Amino acid sequence: MDILSYLIFFAIIAGIYSLSTLGLNLQWGFTGLMSVGIVGFFGVGAYTTAFLTGPHYPDAFGGFGLPIPVGLVGALVASGIFALFVGTVTIRLRDDFLAIGTFGIAICVQLVAMNWKSVTRGFDGLYGLPKPFAGWTNSPLVSNALYLAATTIIVAAVYWGMERMLRSPWGRVLRAIREDEEAAGALGKSAFSFRLQSFVIGSMLMGLSGALYANFTAFVIPLDMLPIFTFQVFVMLTVGGNGNNKGAIAGTIIVWALWTLTESVLAAALPPTLQNQVATVRVVMVGLVLVLMLLYRPQGIFPEEKIISPEARLGGRSGNDG
Amino acid sequence: MMQVIVDGLVSASYVSLGVVGLSLIYNILNFANFAQGDYLTVGGYIALIFVILFGTAGAIAGLTFGWPLIVAAFGAVLLTGLVAELLDRSIYGRLRRRGSSRITLIMASFGVALMLRNIVVIFFGPEPIYYAFAIQPALRLWGIRITPNEIVVVAVTAALVVCLHLFLTRTRLGKSMRAVSESPSLARVTGINVDVVIRWTWLIGSGLAAIGGVLFGIALGLQPNFGFELLLPMFAALIVGGVTNIYGAILGAVLIGLAESLTVQYFAPEYRQAVSFVAVILVLLVRPQGLVGERP
Repeated sequence: MDILSYLIFFAIIAGIYSLSTLGLNLQWGFTGLMSVGIVGFFGVGAYTTAFLTGPHYPDAFGGFGLPIPVGLVGALVASGIFALFVGTVTIRLRDDFLAIGTFGIAICVQLVAMNWKSVTRGFDGLYGLPKPFAGWTNSPLVSNALYLAATTIIVAAVYWGMERMLRSPWGRVLRAIREDEEAAGALGKSAFSFRLQSFVIGSMLMGLSGALYANFTAFVIPLDMLPIFTFQVFVMLTVGGNGNNKGAIAGTIIVWALWTLTESVLAAALPPTLQNQVATVRVVMVGLVLVLMLLYRPQGIFPEEKIISPEARLGGRSGNDG
Repeated sequence: MMQVIVDGLVSASYVSLGVVGLSLIYNILNFANFAQGDYLTVGGYIALIFVILFGTAGAIAGLTFGWPLIVAAFGAVLLTGLVAELLDRSIYGRLRRRGSSRITLIMASFGVALMLRNIVVIFFGPEPIYYAFAIQPALRLWGIRITPNEIVVVAVTAALVVCLHLFLTRTRLGKSMRAVSESPSLARVTGINVDVVIRWTWLIGSGLAAIGGVLFGIALGLQPNFGFELLLPMFAALIVGGVTNIYGAILGAVLIGLAESLTVQYFAPEYRQAVSFVAVILVLLVRPQGLVGERP
């Protein structure tokens, strides 16, 4: 029973993380936009759902006790608007400026979470958020299993939607811009507008994953918003395969499994004096995994596949529509 | 007001020593190194190793440290340079030769940053550590509060910036560095050994960062996160100064330092770190080429 409940917990977190990885895959894998501020959008989503669905605190504004789906939609909207602002400012510039700009965003989101006490309650965080399905059953196992089912459905829907989008004319334009911006521009495609759309949708997925995470753990604190989360998502996408949605999900599961397994392995292997260093050693090891992957298998376990549009395969219309 | 300027110059010192390496590497290798802040951390902690081994006995008048720390600073420069060189050989150089994208290098440096910082935590723990436990009373000069250690911070930084200027304009190596940053292929044609230039760029950039780290440790104490927290101000200085121009970057560091101390003094001290971000966004919106320099 313990193992089962642990597996459910593991799978829920993997599902939640894979939404962020899918979001980064859309931005970086398919559009060539690198966000180094994944945790910032994740945080906006987490705090938005806490604000909308959480209980009211005497010392903070917010906590409207709304249903969880409202929180999730709110998280999508808030992180989308936020990404629209960030993207409009930074996307026109060279790709590394976007990286620096989004890196700054993540730090600012954390600063606001720590200091805007009248809404976020600072370091105390927002506790007691409603747990989904908790009202339906007394057993945490059953409610977690239901949450896993809901998360899986969301991930599957996002995966299906992304695959459809990438095979649509929209997705072809994205890849065309990534490969050769000038040629795409010559066909009348505004690189800026397509990039911005991709950036916003990807960031909304990160926001959604933050909201699902907050409602699952039932609290949100500024310490959830550390750069280490961004780094984990990098590693997940790199291991799985940049530019491949299946790879993004597989990479998330593999790295999350490594992450949790190394904890117990290290705890058993390290001498007692180093026991409180387990988390630290683990970060070093996962950093090594990222660097080794970039060096020796940059395409990941599942490399990007050639996507051929149905029309082209039939030898019918030429593929310059959209 | 004078107090704000002095405080700003002190915090600008660490940022400017760090941003030199960031700017050199950015212009010569086209690479925004997210691990640059952690070179300050590594430098500060390497000096701490020397201090633990040899002590800081014999404090110089008014300061909390003596000659051993100055020797330790030289050791920190050399060993941090060695770390940077090894990282370039084993990781960045290989990625470059494979023609990896700028973003791949950024991801790799982000991974390196987390590794360096956590290795420091493994050996020294996450708590703040000081070179010496002496408490230093602040001096009052014309109504301005400043500790003797902070005077050293500003003076050493100013001296190093002058040395850097002389190096870049007067020496053959410095001139070739500027040539490579203008155009690597053109520099190669004129017979400059680009690989040697790259090696010296890492050594100088990380060495100055190491001194920045030691100065930070002297004035404020060490903590594994301090270098990473200086990364955003360093990027802000780079962008405010116009990216292509190393003097612009140093000027940017001064402006960011002043803006930070103004914020701390008159607005919201808890939002100090946000100053850099606001500066980045404002410059990117209004004048993407920075205050000095051409369009990137």
